[in-house]
Amino acid sequence: MTTATVGRRPGRPDEAVGGVVPREVVSPSTVAEVAEVMRAAAADRLTVVPAGGRSKTSWAAPPSSCDLLLDTSRLDRVVEHVAGDLVVVAEAGVRLADLQAQLGAAGQLLGLDPPEPGATLGGIVSANASGPRRLRYGTARDLLIGATVVLGDGTVASAGGKVVKNVAGYDLGKLYTGAHGTLGVVVSTTWRLHPVPVARRAVVLDLPAASAAGPLAVRLSRSTLTPSAVELVGTAGGAGQLLVLFESIAESVAAQASAAVTLLGGGSEVEELPATFGRRPGSPDDVLLRLAYLPTALPEVLAALPHGTAVTASAATGVAYAALASSDAVDALPALRAALARHDGTAVLLRAPEPVRGRLDHWGPVGDALDLMRRVKERFDPERRMSPGRFVGGL
Amino acid sequence: MTAVAEPAVSAGTTRLAEQLRSTVGAERVLTDRAQLRTYECDGLANFKVTPAVVVLAENRQHVVDTVRLCSQAGVPFVARGSGTGLSGGALPSADGVLIVLSRLRRLHPVDADNARVVVEPGVINLWVTRDATPHGLAYAPDPSSQLVCSIGGNVAENAGGAHCLKYGFTVNHVLGAEVVLPDGEVVHLGGAAPEHPGYDLLGAFIGSEGTLGVATELTLRLIRIPEAVQTMLVGFRSVEDAAATVSDIIAAGILPAAIEMMDALAIEAAEAAVRCGYPPGAVAVLVIELDGPQVEVESQFSQVEQIARSRNAFETRIAADAAERALMWKGRKSAFAAVGRISPSYFVQDGVIPRTKLPEVLGEITRMADDVGLRVANVFHAGDGNLHPLVLFDDAVEGQADDAEELAGAILDLCISSGGSITGEHGVGHEKRGKMGRQFTAEDLDTMQLVRCAFDPHGLANPGKIFPTPRLCGERPGPRTAADTHDPALGEVF
Ligand SMILES: Cc1cc2nc3c(=O)[nH]c(=O)nc-3n(C[C@H](O)[C@H](O)[C@H](O)COP(=O)(O)OP(=O)(O)OC[C@H]3O[C@@H](n4cnc5c(N)ncnc54)[C@H](O)[C@@H]3O)c2cc1C
Ligand SMILES: Cc1cc2nc3c(=O)[nH]c(=O)nc-3n(C[C@H](O)[C@H](O)[C@H](O)COP(=O)(O)OP(=O)(O)OC[C@H]3O[C@@H](n4cnc5c(N)ncnc54)[C@H](O)[C@@H]3O)c2cc1C
Repeated sequence: MTTATVGRRPGRPDEAVGGVVPREVVSPSTVAEVAEVMRAAAADRLTVVPAGGRSKTSWAAPPSSCDLLLDTSRLDRVVEHVAGDLVVVAEAGVRLADLQAQLGAAGQLLGLDPPEPGATLGGIVSANASGPRRLRYGTARDLLIGATVVLGDGTVASAGGKVVKNVAGYDLGKLYTGAHGTLGVVVSTTWRLHPVPVARRAVVLDLPAASAAGPLAVRLSRSTLTPSAVELVGTAGGAGQLLVLFESIAESVAAQASAAVTLLGGGSEVEELPATFGRRPGSPDDVLLRLAYLPTALPEVLAALPHGTAVTASAATGVAYAALASSDAVDALPALRAALARHDGTAVLLRAPEPVRGRLDHWGPVGDALDLMRRVKERFDPERRMSPGRFVGGL
Repeated sequence: MTAVAEPAVSAGTTRLAEQLRSTVGAERVLTDRAQLRTYECDGLANFKVTPAVVVLAENRQHVVDTVRLCSQAGVPFVARGSGTGLSGGALPSADGVLIVLSRLRRLHPVDADNARVVVEPGVINLWVTRDATPHGLAYAPDPSSQLVCSIGGNVAENAGGAHCLKYGFTVNHVLGAEVVLPDGEVVHLGGAAPEHPGYDLLGAFIGSEGTLGVATELTLRLIRIPEAVQTMLVGFRSVEDAAATVSDIIAAGILPAAIEMMDALAIEAAEAAVRCGYPPGAVAVLVIELDGPQVEVESQFSQVEQIARSRNAFETRIAADAAERALMWKGRKSAFAAVGRISPSYFVQDGVIPRTKLPEVLGEITRMADDVGLRVANVFHAGDGNLHPLVLFDDAVEGQADDAEELAGAILDLCISSGGSITGEHGVGHEKRGKMGRQFTAEDLDTMQLVRCAFDPHGLANPGKIFPTPRLCGERPGPRTAADTHDPALGEVF
């Protein structure tokens, strides 16, 4: 292996991760090369931050150090798509959009729809990114059936497999999901797929008060309708729009959409989704939060946000994104977290503009398992070289 | 077959039993050998070990106290739910404590609007759906043993069931767990909300077969009972046709709630046991269930019927009402036990293959069985390729049990070489740990051990399960590849 094959070069300022410019960047193109890079990094005790599409590396807590940015974009092979088994094996640097295009040609899809353009499979797994259709398909943890990871010392380890049902050994794919690269570099992922629904129809309902989405979502949940998504786009203390998406065969989406109009007491049926569907709220100047809470607490969650905060919420699942004005965030966040805690809720900081980033606690309280998480991190990465400082509790 | 391990109770464990008596109450601590025998095995009766001590815990504090005392004394402990496991997962340690959780049976009221319910681990699987039904809700994971198995055991095994094809496994339906770690500390993994910051330790815990701690409370997600449910029983004259029908249904973009398959021997056994009225002369049957909105079910049902016909199905019978549906399922759900009607003894195997390989693997299993002169009945979750070959044998015939055990093992090797897994739902337990090294590399297993060491550095929780050769947690594995010999090429990189 030569420097050229892993594309080693100095890091550029525009490649900063949470404001930290990497000393060097490598772009290995095979799992073996990743392992070699990691062994060499171990020998030289370099800190490593993995990056996928790097669309969002400026987000979240900065690493305490980044000697090496490990760019996975050349790990871009779809290794195997077994259509008959509804399973695909793809490397971590494969972009979700590219994979969906390839699967779509066979009438299949991976049931993930985070909105960030350019997102890679490794980045999605590591950030546990999701979108509105999580109501129907679940999240990465529900769809990932196998994963291969290169640990900080170069060990290449797989867990899970290529079959949907499999309980042999610990399910480490779950552990890597949402770990933000602090346990190792995800190099390959295996997924359970779904057939592409043939028809789609949505019901759109304008709400004078966004908080009305709460009881409406409960009404939907208590019915036998099977929406793929129930999305609120609105502002805290202000108006909103509720979108209920149905995806199935034509007869079913037609019948369900009209039943939904009756159930909701109004709304209009549309075939095309509005441009706002699945977008994250706010602008880059805002502080973007991901909120998770007991689903029925949506009205209380909206009430706890500063008036006028732009919000999107997967109303039936208990996940919302809120874009706080930067000026509000530092003062508002602790109170918001306290209010959410009453509903088993949490607020995680995804993105914050430079001036306020350092003044915010990115992850908030983690609960009584933090010590155990620390012990897991110590076992996987005893020298704290993998994305140090990016994760909960400074892990 | 394995002999009964003889008592080897150390002085330390005897002292521990005394401490347990005074801490959790003498009436909850068993040391009488006759009473202990009740707990010497789980549903896999060919492995037996009498535990030194049994604690019949009644609440979380009893579990905490017991685990803490075990930890202080350095004595291993094994959690046990209903003892229906089929891999020897709840097999006791001879010089250890067995913690029985079946008295932790509290079900909290169903939170219908959030579709959640909090239960204790000893709660029986079916009770959850029983409590949820009046709210129009159900607990999706439905192992065939659901009348008797516990939620704690389900969580430890990541139990599946017929309806997991559409709805996923236990891990997809457990949102939170209160866990007593092997040092007695109590932690809360996950919770009632859909996400929590930090590592997904709940995901790692589910399916860890009691090796990472003891669950004392679980938060479960419930599903809405669908508007329509339709069940169809389809008879075929060949296993290949039945298997091809399964693939065709999936390829048509239909995701049934369940597709279960039984072959001629399994049908014969089920008929003898429960008179389920399966089509006479069928060499294979499929039980196919579709659920969802009425219009969807109706349209897909006629599609499924057509597919089956085109694969030479000679009878398709649609359940007219709940009673008929129940009878169709009764044949399937009682199949394991029913095999006792046609064979003095049998091994229940559990392996997974890619669904597309069903016809070839089933053919190969038949050839392998013929070679050694044994019969194999197949009854399985065809939709997700989860096989349950039942290897029939007669203990009275010299050497047959050994042949059967060997065949059951060879079937697992076949699953691995077909790209599958040695277990889809029964777990590795004591029985299959020797096969783990065939499915996973040493590096894979070492990496799993990192999790074990984080939770249980002294290896006291259900030792000897899952892993063929557990490492001591002091050892640092490191890569086994070229790392030890310095690679000269690396000099070029750094
Ligand atoms: C810190 C952070 C938190 C986020 N949280 C959420 C969220 O909660 N919900 C949501 O829907 N979206 C979230 N996002 C957005 C999410 O990152 C994108 O939807 C998508 O994952 C971006 O993919 P990417 O390939 O551009 O990843 P990148 O922006 O390159 O990386 C995303 C994160 O994953 C790590 N990473 C990337 N590739 C690998 C790999 N192969 N192995 C190991 N680690 C890797 C990175 O170090 C980084 O922490 C978050 C993004 C970041 C940076
Ligand atoms: C006839 C029959 C049919 C079956 N069908 C199915 C099926 O369709 N699908 C399926 O998945 N399984 C099936 N099984 C297997 C078995 O019922 C399941 O594995 C079940 O989940 C075991 O539950 P249990 O309460 O009996 O657990 P046990 O057998 O008591 O224990 C199983 C494992 O769980 C651990 N454990 C138990 N409670 C706890 C706890 N609270 N905390 C931590 N660890 C714990 C034990 O240490 C052990 O490792 C079947 C078994 C039989 C006999």
